[in-house]
Amino acid sequence: MRQTRFARNIWLGIENLLLHKLRSFLTMLGVVFGVGSVVAMLSVGEGASKEALEQIRKLGSNNIIVSSVKSAEEEALSTTHSHMSIYGLLYEDHRRIAESFSHVKQTAPAKIMRKDSRLGEKEMELRVVGTIPQWFELVPREVVAGRVLLPLDVAQKTPVAILTEYGARKILATESTIGQTIRIGGDQFEVIGIVKSESGQAQAGNIQIQIPDQEVDVYIPMEVARRYFGDIFTKRTSSGDEREKVELHQIIVEVDEGDKVEAVAAGIKRMMEQFHKKKDYAVSVPLALRKQAEATKRRFNIVLGSIAGISLLVGGIGIMNIMLASVTERTREIGIRRAIGAKRRQIVYQFLIETTVLSTTGGIIGLGVGALIPFLITYFSGMITVMTWKGILLPLSISVTIGILFGLYPAMHAAKVEPIVALRHE
Amino acid sequence: MIERACSQEGKEIVKLEDAQKIYQMGTQEVKALAGVTVSFKRGSFWAIMGPSGSGKSTMMNILGCLDRLSSGRYYLEGQDVSTLDDDSLSELRLRHLGFIFQSFNLIPQLTVQRNIELPLYYLGWDSVQSAQRAKEIAEEVGLGDRLGHRPTELSGGQMQRVAIGRALANDPQILFADEPTGNLDTTTGEQILELLVKLNKQGKTIIIVTHESTIADHARNKLHMLDGRIDRIEGNSNEAN
Repeated sequence: MRQTRFARNIWLGIENLLLHKLRSFLTMLGVVFGVGSVVAMLSVGEGASKEALEQIRKLGSNNIIVSSVKSAEEEALSTTHSHMSIYGLLYEDHRRIAESFSHVKQTAPAKIMRKDSRLGEKEMELRVVGTIPQWFELVPREVVAGRVLLPLDVAQKTPVAILTEYGARKILATESTIGQTIRIGGDQFEVIGIVKSESGQAQAGNIQIQIPDQEVDVYIPMEVARRYFGDIFTKRTSSGDEREKVELHQIIVEVDEGDKVEAVAAGIKRMMEQFHKKKDYAVSVPLALRKQAEATKRRFNIVLGSIAGISLLVGGIGIMNIMLASVTERTREIGIRRAIGAKRRQIVYQFLIETTVLSTTGGIIGLGVGALIPFLITYFSGMITVMTWKGILLPLSISVTIGILFGLYPAMHAAKVEPIVALRHE
Repeated sequence: MIERACSQEGKEIVKLEDAQKIYQMGTQEVKALAGVTVSFKRGSFWAIMGPSGSGKSTMMNILGCLDRLSSGRYYLEGQDVSTLDDDSLSELRLRHLGFIFQSFNLIPQLTVQRNIELPLYYLGWDSVQSAQRAKEIAEEVGLGDRLGHRPTELSGGQMQRVAIGRALANDPQILFADEPTGNLDTTTGEQILELLVKLNKQGKTIIIVTHESTIADHARNKLHMLDGRIDRIEGNSNEAN
């Protein structure tokens, strides 16, 4: 079979490199570790941003979360007996937010309480969230069984309850619980569905956002919650009962366009400042999390990128060094080739192919090493790492470039050799 | 200076006109060629002789297009090559010239076959044709059974045969031999010279550089160099005009 000229040239290069196997291998090491670190860096960085995106997805990417916060003064006062803390979001806040911004697509308020509950023989204190059907669109969760809240439930003010997987586990509910009655506080609710739980919190840099349905056990309609349980809660603590009046604990706001999220969030903040004397609320923007994550990733990439860049540079210099020595060693060969009729650029080409074969082989081995590092990182630290095509092709093309770039000088050096001088060279 | 008129223009293969080659040695100028005018005919067999420092090696480098003149003219097959650039000279060597050296100058990591194929590689032949040609040439120089060997596994005589094979691969018009028997024993040297004589009879122009008159005796014409000039010319004047 006839080889193409290019394949033949590469094969000749490989043959020459194989004459000095150890030397070629050692020369390659620099590129191996350089490329390895680039691959590892990219997959760790990619993993970090994927993690951040995943968290934002859980939070709802176009959402703004407004929550009630008990201020420090309130916290101090609440230890005194018979004091009732009044703070947090109001029904009026919800109405204002829902009506004042043109880019707000929908909103969902939440009232969070703890209630002693009973299902069959099992009694537990459950975290109960009173909300409206929109909640399940803003914080989409997979329905495991039954259904979620519907506008019908709101209209009829029926006492229905949707358990989360988390709550279902606590109170020993199963799919067959659907249709049965659960007692929450002192009242009877019909279990109509079970939804999947997401837990944890999203964090990037100094921003930390609780996932809205963190540790929710059961959802009930807002109107029912308001009517049955009111706005005043009694918390049992070691020093006695604490009473709080909180109308709404959370409002989730969905913005129709991604690039309007921050503007709307700023508007909400201004509005809240205007109507609340105390800062008994917090506005969090999951999107800011993403920006923070991206900024972190950029910094990360710059730092790791320079380390990887330096090791690639060192690798390249290593190749250049060895190739210069090789050129000197092969001066006579170059002279012979030139005498036979090889042009300067053909000598350049020959040496360039050798350096490129070296650096590319180093790059391929480096890919293997680089794929191993993220694997170990994931194994030992649990950090998510992701290999992408970009993460493979970029280091490979870098290694080819290194070969050409750092091979150029030795190759030019080789081509400058005068045939008559080279032939006399011993 | 000895001037030779050229009666038959078309038959001249090389022609030097007042060829000078000056090297700068520190502050001193050394005239390796101090104005040489000579021409060789196609199919001739020349020996360039002279003591070391006489300019005979410079003469060969110039004629072999390995080096360029400081002044004067060099015509190869009627073409003025004294002003050609490096690439064009490479091209001339590749297509028209062949070289044999005292120290054989084989590439050690390549097999006999690959050494012979080297000019064909630069001529752009494909591997199948090259292999075919290398095999024919190896037969011709008596190395048919050594194609797969490396130079280090061969005797001096065999290595020089490989070198001759390589020089012949591109079917050159002129074969240059720089002390071709210098590293060989007398018997082997004799065989190599016989091979050159045979090639000359087949029509190749051969130019040998040597300081030994026994070797030069195989040539039909001798050019004696001294201090960068032609000292005298011996041989058949019909050929050495």
